[in-house]
Amino acid sequence: MNLTVGQVWEALEDVKDPEIPMVSVVELGIVQAVEVEGDAVRVVITPTFTGCPALPMMREGIAERVRALGASAVDVEVCLSPRWTSDRIAPSARAKMQTIGLAPPPRHADRLDLVLELTPLVRCPYCASSDTVLENPFGPTLCRAMYYCHACQQPFEQFKAL
Amino acid sequence: MSNTLPPNLQSSIFDYILALADDELVIGHRASEWTGLGPILEEDIAFSSIAQDELGHALTFYTLLEGLDGGDADDLAFLRGSAEFRNAQLCELPRGDFAFSLVRHFLYDLAEAVRLDRLADSAYPPLAQAAAKIRQEEKYHLMHGRTWVQKLARGGDEARAHLQTALDLAYPAAAGLFEPVEDEAELVAAGLVPPSAEVAASWREVVVPFLSSAGFTVPVGTSHLGGRYGQHTEYLSQLLDAMQALYRTDPEASW
Repeated sequence: MNLTVGQVWEALEDVKDPEIPMVSVVELGIVQAVEVEGDAVRVVITPTFTGCPALPMMREGIAERVRALGASAVDVEVCLSPRWTSDRIAPSARAKMQTIGLAPPPRHADRLDLVLELTPLVRCPYCASSDTVLENPFGPTLCRAMYYCHACQQPFEQFKAL
Repeated sequence: MSNTLPPNLQSSIFDYILALADDELVIGHRASEWTGLGPILEEDIAFSSIAQDELGHALTFYTLLEGLDGGDADDLAFLRGSAEFRNAQLCELPRGDFAFSLVRHFLYDLAEAVRLDRLADSAYPPLAQAAAKIRQEEKYHLMHGRTWVQKLARGGDEARAHLQTALDLAYPAAAGLFEPVEDEAELVAAGLVPPSAEVAASWREVVVPFLSSAGFTVPVGTSHLGGRYGQHTEYLSQLLDAMQALYRTDPEASW
Protein backbone atom coordinates (compact mmCIF):
# COMPACT_ATOMS: atom_id res chain seq x y z
CA MET A 1 0.00 0.00 0.00
CA ASN A 2 1.35 3.41 -0.95
CA LEU A 3 0.54 6.42 1.19
CA THR A 4 0.50 9.97 -0.10
CA VAL A 5 1.85 13.05 1.61
CA GLY A 6 -1.65 14.54 1.47
CA GLN A 7 -3.13 11.59 3.36
CA VAL A 8 -0.60 12.00 6.13
CA TRP A 9 -1.23 15.75 6.49
CA GLU A 10 -4.95 15.07 6.64
CA ALA A 11 -4.47 12.40 9.32
CA LEU A 12 -2.33 14.78 11.40
CA GLU A 13 -5.40 17.02 11.76
CA ASP A 14 -6.66 14.32 14.15
CA VAL A 15 -3.69 14.73 16.48
CA LYS A 16 -4.47 17.43 19.04
CA ASP A 17 -2.47 19.56 21.42
CA PRO A 18 -3.20 17.92 24.80
CA GLU A 19 -3.27 21.36 26.44
CA ILE A 20 -5.75 22.83 23.90
CA PRO A 21 -7.63 19.71 22.81
CA MET A 22 -9.59 21.31 19.97
CA VAL A 23 -6.44 22.52 18.20
CA SER A 24 -4.49 20.11 15.99
CA VAL A 25 -0.73 19.89 15.66
CA VAL A 26 -1.11 21.14 12.09
CA GLU A 27 -3.11 24.22 13.14
CA LEU A 28 -0.57 24.87 15.88
CA GLY A 29 2.10 25.04 13.18
CA ILE A 30 4.52 22.56 14.71
CA VAL A 31 4.67 20.19 11.73
CA GLN A 32 7.66 21.20 9.60
CA ALA A 33 7.58 18.52 6.93
CA VAL A 34 6.03 15.25 5.86
CA GLU A 35 7.88 12.83 3.62
CA VAL A 36 6.58 9.54 2.29
CA GLU A 37 8.55 6.81 0.58
CA GLY A 38 6.37 3.85 -0.29
CA ASP A 39 4.68 3.24 3.04
CA ALA A 40 7.48 4.60 5.22
CA VAL A 41 6.71 8.03 6.68
CA ARG A 42 8.92 10.71 8.16
CA VAL A 43 7.36 13.63 10.01
CA VAL A 44 9.46 16.55 11.24
CA ILE A 45 8.07 18.60 14.11
CA THR A 46 9.37 21.53 16.13
CA PRO A 47 8.58 22.51 19.73
CA THR A 48 6.56 25.60 20.66
CA PHE A 49 8.34 26.21 24.00
CA THR A 50 11.41 23.98 24.40
CA GLY A 51 10.40 22.81 27.88
CA CYS A 52 6.85 21.93 26.82
CA PRO A 53 5.92 18.57 28.35
CA ALA A 54 3.23 18.12 25.69
CA LEU A 55 5.82 17.64 22.94
CA PRO A 56 6.61 13.95 23.70
CA MET A 57 2.86 13.29 23.88
CA MET A 58 2.25 14.93 20.51
CA ARG A 59 5.20 13.07 19.05
CA GLU A 60 3.74 9.76 20.22
CA GLY A 61 0.27 10.80 19.04
CA ILE A 62 1.61 11.54 15.56
CA ALA A 63 3.44 8.22 15.34
CA GLU A 64 0.36 6.32 16.46
CA ARG A 65 -1.96 8.12 14.02
CA VAL A 66 0.37 7.60 11.07
CA ARG A 67 0.81 3.92 11.93
CA ALA A 68 -2.98 3.61 11.92
CA LEU A 69 -2.92 4.79 8.28
CA GLY A 70 -0.97 1.65 7.47
CA ALA A 71 2.55 3.02 7.43
CA SER A 72 5.14 0.29 7.87
CA ALA A 73 7.72 2.62 9.45
CA VAL A 74 7.16 5.99 11.09
CA ASP A 75 9.92 8.36 12.09
CA VAL A 76 8.94 11.51 14.01
CA GLU A 77 11.92 13.78 14.24
CA VAL A 78 12.25 16.96 16.34
CA CYS A 79 14.10 19.83 14.67
CA LEU A 80 14.60 23.35 16.03
CA SER A 81 14.99 24.98 12.65
CA PRO A 82 13.15 26.80 11.21
CA ARG A 83 12.21 28.10 14.63
CA TRP A 84 8.54 27.98 15.62
CA THR A 85 6.90 31.33 16.21
CA SER A 86 3.36 31.98 17.39
CA ASP A 87 2.65 33.59 14.00
CA ARG A 88 2.45 30.02 12.70
CA ILE A 89 -0.77 29.38 14.61
CA ALA A 90 -3.54 29.06 12.01
CA PRO A 91 -6.54 31.44 11.96
CA SER A 92 -8.82 28.44 12.66
CA ALA A 93 -6.88 27.72 15.88
CA ARG A 94 -6.99 31.37 16.93
CA ALA A 95 -10.76 31.36 16.62
CA LYS A 96 -11.03 28.17 18.68
CA MET A 97 -8.81 29.61 21.42
CA GLN A 98 -11.21 32.56 21.78
CA THR A 99 -14.08 30.18 22.48
CA ILE A 100 -12.37 28.75 25.56
CA GLY A 101 -11.36 32.13 26.98
CA LEU A 102 -7.79 31.96 25.71
CA ALA A 103 -6.62 35.11 23.94
CA PRO A 104 -4.55 34.25 20.86
CA PRO A 105 -1.07 35.77 20.56
CA PRO A 106 -0.73 38.99 18.56
CA ARG A 107 1.06 38.51 15.25
CA HIS A 108 4.50 40.06 15.41
CA ALA A 109 6.35 39.20 12.18
CA ASP A 110 9.45 38.23 14.17
CA ARG A 111 9.46 41.46 16.17
CA LEU A 112 8.73 39.91 19.53
CA ASP A 113 10.44 42.72 21.45
CA LEU A 114 7.99 45.23 20.07
CA VAL A 115 5.01 43.11 21.04
CA LEU A 116 6.33 42.59 24.56
CA GLU A 117 6.61 46.35 24.99
CA LEU A 118 2.97 46.62 23.97
CA THR A 119 1.61 43.77 26.08
CA PRO A 120 -1.52 45.65 27.21
CA LEU A 121 -2.77 45.54 23.62
CA VAL A 122 -4.36 42.16 24.17
CA ARG A 123 -8.08 41.86 23.64
CA CYS A 124 -10.24 40.16 26.22
CA PRO A 125 -11.53 36.88 24.73
CA TYR A 126 -14.85 37.37 26.58
CA CYS A 127 -15.84 40.97 25.78
CA ALA A 128 -13.22 42.02 23.15
CA SER A 129 -12.20 45.06 25.19
CA SER A 130 -8.58 46.21 25.02
CA ASP A 131 -8.77 47.59 28.55
CA THR A 132 -6.66 44.70 29.80
CA VAL A 133 -3.56 44.39 31.94
CA LEU A 134 -0.84 41.75 32.14
CA GLU A 135 -0.94 40.26 35.62
CA ASN A 136 1.74 37.63 35.18
CA PRO A 137 3.86 36.66 32.17
CA PHE A 138 3.66 33.10 33.51
CA GLY A 139 0.55 30.99 33.82
CA PRO A 140 -0.75 27.44 34.18
CA THR A 141 1.37 26.20 31.28
CA LEU A 142 4.63 27.49 29.75
CA CYS A 143 2.80 28.97 26.78
CA ARG A 144 0.24 30.99 28.77
CA ALA A 145 0.26 34.38 30.47
CA MET A 146 -2.37 35.74 32.87
CA TYR A 147 -4.31 38.91 32.09
CA TYR A 148 -7.15 40.83 33.72
CA CYS A 149 -9.91 42.63 31.82
CA HIS A 150 -11.05 45.87 33.47
CA ALA A 151 -14.11 46.12 31.21
CA CYS A 152 -15.75 42.85 32.18
CA GLN A 153 -13.71 42.25 35.32
CA GLN A 154 -12.60 38.80 34.23
CA PRO A 155 -9.19 37.28 34.53
CA PHE A 156 -8.21 35.41 31.35
CA GLU A 157 -5.30 33.53 29.85
CA GLN A 158 -3.34 34.43 26.77
CA PHE A 159 -1.34 32.11 24.53
CA LYS A 160 2.00 33.92 24.70
CA ALA A 161 3.60 35.44 21.65
CA LEU A 162 6.89 33.75 20.80
CA MET B 1 30.11 25.48 8.39
CA SER B 2 28.59 22.03 8.55
CA ASN B 3 27.36 20.17 11.59
CA THR B 4 30.59 18.16 11.69
CA LEU B 5 33.54 19.78 13.38
CA PRO B 6 37.23 18.89 13.33
CA PRO B 7 38.16 16.74 16.39
CA ASN B 8 39.99 19.46 18.33
CA LEU B 9 37.06 21.88 18.03
CA GLN B 10 34.64 19.11 18.82
CA SER B 11 36.08 18.63 22.29
CA SER B 12 36.23 22.37 22.95
CA ILE B 13 32.68 23.04 21.83
CA PHE B 14 31.62 20.13 24.02
CA ASP B 15 33.06 21.91 27.07
CA TYR B 16 31.41 25.18 26.09
CA ILE B 17 27.94 23.66 25.60
CA LEU B 18 28.30 21.59 28.77
CA ALA B 19 28.80 24.83 30.73
CA LEU B 20 25.66 26.31 29.17
CA ALA B 21 23.67 23.17 29.94
CA ASP B 22 24.89 22.92 33.52
CA ASP B 23 24.11 26.59 34.19
CA GLU B 24 20.54 26.00 33.01
CA LEU B 25 20.04 22.77 34.93
CA VAL B 26 21.41 24.01 38.22
CA ILE B 27 19.74 27.43 38.25
CA GLY B 28 16.55 25.76 36.99
CA HIS B 29 16.64 23.40 39.93
CA ARG B 30 17.08 26.33 42.32
CA ALA B 31 14.08 28.09 40.72
CA SER B 32 12.02 24.93 41.21
CA GLU B 33 12.64 25.15 44.94
CA TRP B 34 10.07 27.97 45.04
CA THR B 35 7.29 25.65 43.88
CA GLY B 36 4.76 25.67 46.69
CA LEU B 37 6.72 28.26 48.66
CA GLY B 38 6.42 31.44 46.60
CA PRO B 39 5.64 34.59 48.60
CA ILE B 40 2.51 35.10 46.49
CA LEU B 41 0.73 32.69 44.16
CA GLU B 42 1.80 34.57 41.02
CA GLU B 43 5.46 34.22 41.96
CA ASP B 44 5.05 30.59 42.87
CA ILE B 45 3.76 30.07 39.33
CA ALA B 46 6.41 32.34 37.80
CA PHE B 47 9.40 30.61 39.40
CA SER B 48 7.89 27.19 38.66
CA SER B 49 7.46 28.14 34.99
CA ILE B 50 10.94 29.61 34.83
CA ALA B 51 12.30 26.37 36.29
CA GLN B 52 10.45 24.36 33.66
CA ASP B 53 11.80 26.61 30.90
CA GLU B 54 15.38 26.30 32.16
CA LEU B 55 15.12 22.52 32.38
CA GLY B 56 13.86 22.52 28.79
CA HIS B 57 16.86 24.62 27.78
CA ALA B 58 19.22 22.32 29.68
CA LEU B 59 17.72 19.32 27.86
CA THR B 60 18.18 21.09 24.52
CA PHE B 61 21.87 21.69 25.25
CA TYR B 62 22.47 18.18 26.67
CA THR B 63 20.82 16.80 23.53
CA LEU B 64 23.37 18.73 21.44
CA LEU B 65 26.05 16.99 23.51
CA GLU B 66 24.52 13.60 22.69
CA GLY B 67 25.30 14.49 19.08
CA LEU B 68 28.91 15.15 20.10
CA ASP B 69 29.29 11.65 21.58
CA GLY B 70 28.46 12.87 25.07
CA GLY B 71 26.26 9.89 25.88
CA ASP B 72 22.74 10.05 27.20
CA ALA B 73 21.29 13.45 28.24
CA ASP B 74 19.80 12.02 31.47
CA ASP B 75 23.11 10.42 32.41
CA LEU B 76 24.87 13.75 31.86
CA ALA B 77 22.40 15.50 34.14
CA PHE B 78 22.01 12.90 36.85
CA LEU B 79 25.13 10.75 37.06
CA ARG B 80 27.96 13.27 37.28
CA GLY B 81 29.40 14.45 40.56
CA SER B 82 29.93 18.07 41.52
CA ALA B 83 33.57 18.22 40.32
CA GLU B 84 32.35 17.28 36.84
CA PHE B 85 29.78 20.09 36.70
CA ARG B 86 30.79 23.20 34.75
CA ASN B 87 28.15 25.69 35.92
CA ALA B 88 29.05 29.08 37.32
CA GLN B 89 28.91 29.16 41.12
CA LEU B 90 26.17 31.81 40.93
CA CYS B 91 23.72 29.12 39.83
CA GLU B 92 24.33 26.77 42.75
CA LEU B 93 24.07 29.22 45.66
CA PRO B 94 21.10 28.42 47.91
CA ARG B 95 17.83 30.04 46.90
CA GLY B 96 18.04 32.40 49.88
CA ASP B 97 15.18 34.83 50.30
CA PHE B 98 12.93 35.97 47.47
CA ALA B 99 15.10 39.04 46.86
CA PHE B 100 18.17 36.89 46.30
CA SER B 101 16.44 34.49 43.92
CA LEU B 102 15.04 37.43 41.99
CA VAL B 103 18.33 39.30 41.69
CA ARG B 104 20.29 36.16 40.87
CA HIS B 105 17.87 35.24 38.11
CA PHE B 106 17.79 38.77 36.74
CA LEU B 107 21.59 38.88 36.46
CA TYR B 108 21.57 35.40 34.93
CA ASP B 109 18.78 36.08 32.43
CA LEU B 110 20.49 39.20 31.21
CA ALA B 111 23.79 37.34 30.79
CA GLU B 112 21.99 34.63 28.90
CA ALA B 113 20.19 37.13 26.69
CA VAL B 114 23.46 38.78 25.70
CA ARG B 115 25.25 35.47 25.14
CA LEU B 116 22.41 33.84 23.18
CA ASP B 117 22.13 36.88 20.91
CA ARG B 118 25.75 36.31 19.93
CA LEU B 119 25.46 32.51 19.77
CA ALA B 120 22.55 32.81 17.34
CA ASP B 121 25.26 33.79 14.83
CA SER B 122 27.48 30.80 15.64
CA ALA B 123 29.09 29.04 12.69
CA TYR B 124 28.04 25.74 14.30
CA PRO B 125 24.42 25.37 13.10
CA PRO B 126 23.05 23.17 15.93
CA LEU B 127 24.23 25.70 18.52
CA ALA B 128 23.02 28.69 16.49
CA GLN B 129 19.56 27.12 16.12
CA ALA B 130 19.26 26.27 19.81
CA ALA B 131 20.37 29.78 20.81
CA ALA B 132 17.91 31.45 18.43
CA LYS B 133 15.12 29.34 19.87
CA ILE B 134 15.95 29.76 23.54
CA ARG B 135 16.55 33.51 23.47
CA GLN B 136 12.92 34.11 22.49
CA GLU B 137 11.67 32.30 25.60
CA GLU B 138 14.17 34.10 27.81
CA LYS B 139 12.56 37.43 26.97
CA TYR B 140 9.73 36.55 29.35
CA HIS B 141 12.17 35.80 32.15
CA LEU B 142 13.85 39.13 31.63
CA MET B 143 10.52 40.94 31.62
CA HIS B 144 9.67 39.26 34.92
CA GLY B 145 12.99 40.09 36.61
CA ARG B 146 13.16 43.66 35.36
CA THR B 147 9.62 44.42 36.50
CA TRP B 148 10.24 43.08 40.00
CA VAL B 149 13.61 44.75 40.52
CA GLN B 150 12.07 48.09 39.53
CA LYS B 151 8.99 47.48 41.63
CA LEU B 152 10.93 46.56 44.75
CA ALA B 153 13.35 49.44 44.22
CA ARG B 154 10.38 51.74 44.83
CA GLY B 155 9.11 49.60 47.66
CA GLY B 156 10.63 51.38 50.63
CA ASP B 157 13.72 50.95 52.76
CA GLU B 158 13.21 47.35 53.75
CA ALA B 159 12.70 46.12 50.19
CA ARG B 160 15.67 48.13 48.97
CA ALA B 161 17.90 46.77 51.73
CA HIS B 162 16.96 43.18 50.87
CA LEU B 163 17.73 43.76 47.21
CA GLN B 164 21.05 45.46 47.91
CA THR B 165 22.14 42.60 50.20
CA ALA B 166 21.16 40.15 47.48
CA LEU B 167 23.07 42.12 44.90
CA ASP B 168 26.20 42.23 47.07
CA LEU B 169 26.20 38.43 47.13
CA ALA B 170 25.03 37.71 43.57
CA TYR B 171 26.96 40.27 41.54
CA PRO B 172 30.50 39.00 42.24
CA ALA B 173 29.29 35.44 41.65
CA ALA B 174 27.75 36.46 38.31
CA ALA B 175 31.26 37.10 36.96
CA GLY B 176 31.65 33.31 36.86
CA LEU B 177 29.09 33.19 34.04
CA PHE B 178 31.71 34.77 31.80
CA GLU B 179 34.63 32.59 32.85
CA PRO B 180 35.96 31.17 29.57
CA VAL B 181 36.28 27.42 29.15
CA GLU B 182 39.67 26.01 28.26
CA ASP B 183 40.49 26.55 24.58
CA GLU B 184 37.79 29.17 24.13
CA ALA B 185 40.22 31.06 21.88
CA GLU B 186 40.08 28.24 19.30
CA LEU B 187 36.31 28.35 19.26
CA VAL B 188 36.31 32.11 18.89
CA ALA B 189 38.83 31.94 16.05
CA ALA B 190 36.58 29.46 14.23
CA GLY B 191 33.55 31.74 14.66
CA LEU B 192 31.73 29.22 16.82
CA VAL B 193 31.32 31.34 19.96
CA PRO B 194 31.80 34.99 20.98
CA PRO B 195 34.70 35.92 23.28
CA SER B 196 33.38 35.71 26.86
CA ALA B 197 35.08 39.01 27.69
CA GLU B 198 32.95 40.73 25.05
CA VAL B 199 29.79 39.11 26.35
CA ALA B 200 30.68 40.25 29.87
CA ALA B 201 31.30 43.80 28.66
CA SER B 202 27.93 43.92 26.87
CA TRP B 203 26.26 42.60 30.00
CA ARG B 204 27.86 45.26 32.20
CA GLU B 205 26.87 47.99 29.73
CA VAL B 206 23.24 47.10 30.38
CA VAL B 207 23.21 45.95 33.96
CA VAL B 208 25.29 48.67 35.60
CA PRO B 209 23.20 51.67 34.40
CA PHE B 210 20.00 49.75 35.08
CA LEU B 211 20.92 49.01 38.69
CA SER B 212 22.36 52.47 39.26
CA SER B 213 19.28 54.21 37.94
CA ALA B 214 17.15 52.05 40.23
CA GLY B 215 19.24 53.43 43.09
CA PHE B 216 21.42 50.41 43.87
CA THR B 217 25.14 50.35 44.45
CA VAL B 218 26.88 48.02 42.04
CA PRO B 219 29.25 46.02 44.23
CA VAL B 220 32.97 45.90 43.67
CA GLY B 221 34.28 42.58 44.93
CA THR B 222 36.29 39.53 44.11
CA SER B 223 34.81 37.49 41.29
CA HIS B 224 33.78 33.92 42.09
CA LEU B 225 35.51 31.93 39.37
CA GLY B 226 36.37 28.26 39.00
CA GLY B 227 32.93 26.85 38.20
CA ARG B 228 33.88 26.23 34.56
CA TYR B 229 36.74 24.03 35.85
CA GLY B 230 34.74 22.02 38.36
CA GLN B 231 35.43 24.14 41.44
CA HIS B 232 32.24 24.54 43.41
CA THR B 233 30.84 25.46 46.77
CA GLU B 234 29.48 22.80 49.11
CA TYR B 235 26.01 23.90 47.99
CA LEU B 236 26.35 22.17 44.64
CA SER B 237 26.90 18.73 46.21
CA GLN B 238 23.87 19.30 48.42
CA LEU B 239 21.81 20.27 45.40
CA LEU B 240 22.99 17.25 43.40
CA ASP B 241 22.25 14.90 46.31
CA ALA B 242 18.63 16.02 46.22
CA MET B 243 18.29 16.35 42.43
CA GLN B 244 19.98 13.08 41.47
CA ALA B 245 18.71 10.81 44.25
CA LEU B 246 15.86 9.24 42.32
CA TYR B 247 17.73 8.64 39.07
CA ARG B 248 20.72 7.19 40.88
CA THR B 249 18.47 4.86 42.86
CA ASP B 250 16.57 3.65 39.81
CA PRO B 251 17.66 4.91 36.37
CA GLU B 252 14.76 3.01 34.77
CA ALA B 253 12.15 4.78 36.90
CA SER B 254 9.41 6.46 34.90
CA TRP B 255 7.26 9.28 36.28
